[in-house]
Order: sequence, then structure tokens, then C-alpha cells
Amino acid sequence: MSKVRVLVGTRKGAFILTSDGKRKRWKVSGPHFTGWEVYHVKGSPADPNRLYASQCSGWFGQVIQRSSDGGKTWEAPGGGITIAPGGMPAGESNKFVYDTTPETGKPLTTHQFYDGKPHPWEFKRVWHLEPSTTDPDTVYAGVEDAALFRSTDGGKSWQELAGLRGHESGPGWHPGAGGMCLHTILLDPSNSQRMYIAISAAGAFRTDDAGKTWKPINRGLKSQYIPDPDAEVGHCVHRIALHRSRPNVLFMQKHWDVMRSDNAGDSWQEVSGNLPTDFGFVIDVHAHEPETIYVVPIKSDSEHFPLDGKLRVYRSQTGGNEWEALTKGLPQRNCFVNVLRDAMAVDSLEQCGVYFGTTGGQVYASADAGDSWAPIVRDLPAVVSVEVQTLP
Amino acid sequence: MIRVTLPQHLRTLAHVSSEVELEIKGQVTTRSVLDALEARYPMLRGTIRDHMTQQRRPFLRFFACEQDLSHDPPDTPLPDAVASGAEPFMIIGAIAGG
Repeated sequence: MSKVRVLVGTRKGAFILTSDGKRKRWKVSGPHFTGWEVYHVKGSPADPNRLYASQCSGWFGQVIQRSSDGGKTWEAPGGGITIAPGGMPAGESNKFVYDTTPETGKPLTTHQFYDGKPHPWEFKRVWHLEPSTTDPDTVYAGVEDAALFRSTDGGKSWQELAGLRGHESGPGWHPGAGGMCLHTILLDPSNSQRMYIAISAAGAFRTDDAGKTWKPINRGLKSQYIPDPDAEVGHCVHRIALHRSRPNVLFMQKHWDVMRSDNAGDSWQEVSGNLPTDFGFVIDVHAHEPETIYVVPIKSDSEHFPLDGKLRVYRSQTGGNEWEALTKGLPQRNCFVNVLRDAMAVDSLEQCGVYFGTTGGQVYASADAGDSWAPIVRDLPAVVSVEVQTLP
Repeated sequence: MIRVTLPQHLRTLAHVSSEVELEIKGQVTTRSVLDALEARYPMLRGTIRDHMTQQRRPFLRFFACEQDLSHDPPDTPLPDAVASGAEPFMIIGAIAGG
């Protein structure tokens, strides 16, 4: 029987939740990396036992962790007691250095800061890790200040794909309230040359040459909080999702507005429809129904909790515009948690499972595509990210 | 033998349970102690000093012999008691309240 493994990143460590295909009884492992913020944990599609985790701390900075046994044991890649020729340590798995070489890095020295003045790029943390679909040792990292890095040696060393930051709009990018983070990385499963990324608050970008050059894909987004609501860049995109069978169709939860693109991001249409509020962070797509999508509406950008204290997932089975509230098993009064941008995922069992975590420490699971919900755990630290692996 | 004490999170990361003992050739300074520490435990690179600038991370302090050595130049010789191993070189994380 198939199994599922839910990878949870929290403000104080990581947790691994496992169950059989019934998804009724769960085993909880953790905390891993106790006391550290874990922004993201994700498994390799090419080798499900290969996991990558981003752990960070205000005291000690960024650490990358890797597991080769499904999370039973972890190592900082290259961080063993090894001395390279010349006597210096080989482990540099947490070294993220912006490319400043003339060939590829160009003289990219500043972006815009909150005060509107140029500000140097400063590495702060890894928000999102996206393993390659084909090679367990290749993994992408989206970081703050916004940039995209790649490792091809299992996380031991990282190189920036500087063409993104090298886009002519780069010096004009500015941070959102949570920092200037590259938080979304989508690899096109049918085209190894194409990927999508999103940055708060620069917007969405696409590459069609494996990361050498990038194109802003924000036409159709309207954001009243920037001077030109239709600007090419500057939009606070919170999350993008796609279905692997149809990678040209994208769904976006923007700061405000739920959006859809049918042409790989070249243009977007709003599909917020009858949502009670179209602010939110997460968005995801059903594993088997490309037109079924999920969001968790949040009251507003100044009140980051569900409307009326009712935690409701909304599902559209029409690719947007027509939404239904899913409430069975979710608290419908006095609930004032948030669901952060990387904190929703789906499994690919025959009856699609949907999962999300809250800043109140609950991880909810639905084994029936959202019709009903139950908490797997209720009292974790604030949940930052949720990923799911479907295992044979 | 130089004795170094680490904050709990860095002990966990380096897989050590108590003080670390390091052999240092030449002058014992903050820089030579940290170089030796990172050579022995590469997973600590970047967690005490910034990878590029080699500056101490702002929420960490270096104490020894009841003195705060955090702001001393990194090539200043450490006290004899540290060099002889009588006293540890202490890497301390700032206290966070709340």
C-alpha cells in the first residue's frame, strides 16, 4: 500500500509526519534541527529518500541540511571532518555568494530599499528548495535578497543563476514587508529549459533557456499599492502553482487577487470570482484534476487571519471564478491563524490528499480532496512550510 | 591545547557534546582559533563569521578570562591562560528574551 510523508518546516524545527494510504493514523518524527527556523523541507522526485532542508537562525545564519534516508539522519553536505588540499575545510554548503563576475554577474550591486534608495544585495536566508525532477544531486534555492542558486553536487556548493538578477529591472526591485525573497520555484516537467520563479515584491519571471535569461511575466496583474498598478515588475506575488500535465497553465495567489494564465504567464486574468476575500498566501492544484484548485482566503494585508474567525479552504473545480467553501473539520469560530505561502501541498494518491499548516501550529489533512479535514498535529511551533511525498 | 566552548546550537551542528580542544601552531589569536575550529568542523563555516567578510556575526560574542574580546582586532594575541589551555575561549550567543 502506498504511503505519504509530510515534511513540515516550523519556526523552531522540522517535523516529519508519516501515514499509510488511508491517512488516518500518523506517526510524528521531530523536532529536527531543534530551535532553528526551518523555512522549507522538500524531497527529490528522482529519489524520495533524498531530502533537503533550509535551517536558519538570527544568531548563526544559514545552514543547508540533506538526508539520504528519508529524514532518519541528516548531514550538512560537505560538512564532515574533511580537509581539502591546502588545509582549508571543504564544506561550504551554506555559502551563498552573489555572482559579481564580469561574464555572468554584471555589476549588479544594488536593489531598491524601503526608503527608495539603492541598497546592496545581502544574503539572508534560503526560503525555498526545489530539487530537480531528474537528478537527486541537483537542487535550486530561492533566497533573500532575491536570487536563484543551483547546486549540482547535492548541496555542497552553490552557484547563482545570475541572469535573473541581471534582468534590466533588477536594480529597481524592492522588498515586501517580509523581505525581498525569491519564494517560488516551479520546474516545467515537460521542458527542462523552462522554469518559473516569483519574488516579493518584484513579481513572476520565466526562463526558457535553463536560467540564462529571464522575462517578467506580470501582464494582467493589477496592484493598487504600487505607483503604476500595471507595471511590468513590482507586484507582490505570493505563490504560483501548476499541474504537471499542463504546465502552461499557471495559478497565482497575489497579495490581493487570485489569477490564472493559460499561456505560461504571458498574460493573466483574475479568477477571484465569489471568494469572500481574495487576499491570501497559498494556492495549489489537485493532483489529478488540473482545473481543481485550492486557496485559503485571509482577511486582508493588515489582518493576517481568516475572515470572521472561520478557517475555510476554498476549492474551485472550474479553474477559478466559482469557489466553494470547505469547512468540515476546520474550526469555524475564534480561529485567527495564518497559512503562509509554502504551507500547502497535495499528495498523488488515487483520492487526492490536501494538506496545510498554520501559524498556530496545526497541520490539517484531507484524504478526500478537501471535502473533510482533520488535524494531524495541533501544537507544533508556527508552521512555515508543508510538502508531501507520495511513496510506493 | 586550546579549549573552545560553543553555544548549544553549534555543538549540535558540529556533533560535539562539550568543549572542543584544538591544536594551534603559532600565535593564538581569535582568527587562528576560529580558523582551526572551522578546519576541524567545516559545518561551522559561516555560522560564527560571515563567509565573505569574515566579520563576527552580530549576535555572537567572544569571552575569555572574564573579558569581552568581541571587539578586539582578530589578530590580537589571546590571554596566556587561553593559549595554555587553562581557560576556555568562549563563543556566546546573545540572550533573547520574551
